[in-house]
Amino acid sequence: MREKLTIALAAAGGLLLVYDLYQIFLVLPDEAMQGPIYRILFFHVPAAIVGMVGYFVALVLSVLYLSSKDLKWDSLAASVVEVSLVFSLVNIVSGSIWARVIWGIWWTWDARLTSALVGILIFLAYLMLRRAIDEPTQRGRLSAALCIFGCVDEVIVWKSIEWFRTQHPGPVLSIRTGGGHMDPAMERIFYLNFLAILLIATALVLIRTRQEATTREIDSLRRLAHAM
Amino acid sequence: MKAFKQAFSVARKDLALELRTKESVNAAGAFSIAILILFSFAFDPFSEAIHELAAGLLWLTFAFAGALVFNRGFARELPNECLDTLLASPLAPSSLLIGKAIGVFFLLLLVEVVSLFVFGVFYNIRWWLHPGELALTCALASWGIAITGSVFGALTVNLRLRELMLPVIIYPLLVPLLVGAIEMTNALLGNQPFTSYEWLWAKVLIVFDIVFTSLAIALAETILVN
Amino acid sequence: MTAAIEIAHIWKYYGDYPALRDCTLSVAEGSCCALLGRNGAGKTTLLRILAGLSHFQRGTVRLFGTAPRTGETRRRTGFLGHGIGVYEDLSARENLQFFARIADVPNARGVVSGWLERVGLERVADMPVRQFSRGMRQRLALARTFLHAPNVLLLDEPFTSLDDRAIHMLSQLLVEARARQATIILSTHQLREAMAIASHVALIENGRLRFSGERTQAMLDDPALLYRLHAEPGAA
Repeated sequence: MREKLTIALAAAGGLLLVYDLYQIFLVLPDEAMQGPIYRILFFHVPAAIVGMVGYFVALVLSVLYLSSKDLKWDSLAASVVEVSLVFSLVNIVSGSIWARVIWGIWWTWDARLTSALVGILIFLAYLMLRRAIDEPTQRGRLSAALCIFGCVDEVIVWKSIEWFRTQHPGPVLSIRTGGGHMDPAMERIFYLNFLAILLIATALVLIRTRQEATTREIDSLRRLAHAM
Repeated sequence: MKAFKQAFSVARKDLALELRTKESVNAAGAFSIAILILFSFAFDPFSEAIHELAAGLLWLTFAFAGALVFNRGFARELPNECLDTLLASPLAPSSLLIGKAIGVFFLLLLVEVVSLFVFGVFYNIRWWLHPGELALTCALASWGIAITGSVFGALTVNLRLRELMLPVIIYPLLVPLLVGAIEMTNALLGNQPFTSYEWLWAKVLIVFDIVFTSLAIALAETILVN
Repeated sequence: MTAAIEIAHIWKYYGDYPALRDCTLSVAEGSCCALLGRNGAGKTTLLRILAGLSHFQRGTVRLFGTAPRTGETRRRTGFLGHGIGVYEDLSARENLQFFARIADVPNARGVVSGWLERVGLERVADMPVRQFSRGMRQRLALARTFLHAPNVLLLDEPFTSLDDRAIHMLSQLLVEARARQATIILSTHQLREAMAIASHVALIENGRLRFSGERTQAMLDDPALLYRLHAEPGAA
């Protein structure tokens, strides 16, 4: 059942992505101000949202683990963090390429860039911490604690640096601005591509969680063999 | 109230131990002075540019010297299995964490005062013009470093790679705190009183301290007991 | 007599290794239970669980009806592990005063002086522990364990590497503790000492409880009897 769901999600995401790529590169015209490079937006923004949301999903899962001590939540949290990190990397790499073309520099110490980078560093530390601990319950306990601190810190970084310095373009989607910033045809493709990326991310999380579950199963079989 | 009394007992014990051995304060003090000397070769110490760099330089020095202090915090409990003894005793884990942070806090302040004197001499910077605001900045930022250092010192105390993991976890978390401390100190070293901008950063530091301290108390049992 | 310590069907895993397998043991108030077994049998793990230092995966543990690790349970418990649990750079007096403060012992100063005298360290009370001999450290550790008059004592191999004076002192302390209805669980290799003090014995082998019951005269006469009767065949 779960396997079928994974395949269905991945297939739907993949097909949608092919359609979006066709639209983005062959149908939609260049943007008036930025030229062809604006197309990065279709990947840059969804990746950012998937990455950020992932960290906070991991926060909820970590709290669930600590309250239930059920290792299933721990493996789910770890999978979500791993996938989120990949999308965060896509986010800042694509952003850097865009910035090089539009601003002429690869990087600037802007609020969004800084908080994205700090998030990546914190959750890289999360994965490193997981690798440094062998005992599953200890690993779950300590990495859940780090996840909670990391997410809270991420909020503080975001809030504090926002009014410190901002150079990043403001919101363009009509749900944030009330319309008028983005051509409706472009915005439609943007949402479709967001959906495609979300589907793929979910499929990846399901695959990773399944691997974690298999690892746990092997582990408990080994325990059983010991107990006999 | 009793929790506070217990925390102070832990802090008092740690400070007594540190006064006797001086292991981390000596290391941290020597480290900060060495860094300040090295920086004087990296930049021209009497140029105007140093005024713009000074605050950042100071807080980076304090943050790295701090690692030498909070690294020792829980490592000190390992010989003779003192940590197990404390955890099996009536002492609450949250009091243990807060007590450790109080100890680290005072040691950090000590290192900061010494470094500031050395800094004033080497770089001809008059840092004492707004003592109240400087004390506030140091207190708020040092408590943040102390509580974060103690939480993650406790979290990594039983790991093989303890000394490697600790800085990797701590410094990204300290980013908002250090940015705030640098911005506030910047104004003070330029002989400017705090404007609303610096007070805004002071609020960030206060929020950081309150949030991290509350989380530390809430998660102490989770972090310390296997 | 009511049971002071109730352990029911507990399982404890270290990674994928089951250190305790379905252990059930009940210790009556005021009794002294000697935990016997070879190295790695699970004695230390069991004591750490009772002291609230270690979580377990299945089963229940109750000390006077409450779970281990609650503040109340820890206040009642004295724990002596493999380490002596005192600070090398503090003096004997400072060590005891610190532990008295965190345990909220009333009249700490007087109690600490009393204990220093009791374990024969009053003349070196203000010397740092670093300069103590092995025997002196162990006596200090005993004072630290009994300082807050615990009514549950969890002692992990307390006799190992004690000198004669300390062994005598510990035996004396345990007799006194039992006289005030304290419950004692101690793990040990030293069969002779254990049999002399214990009212009950429990044998652990490979994480399983092989035997538990009253210590009989036959065991006192022949300390190895228990191993011969109940040890896993082939494990010896």
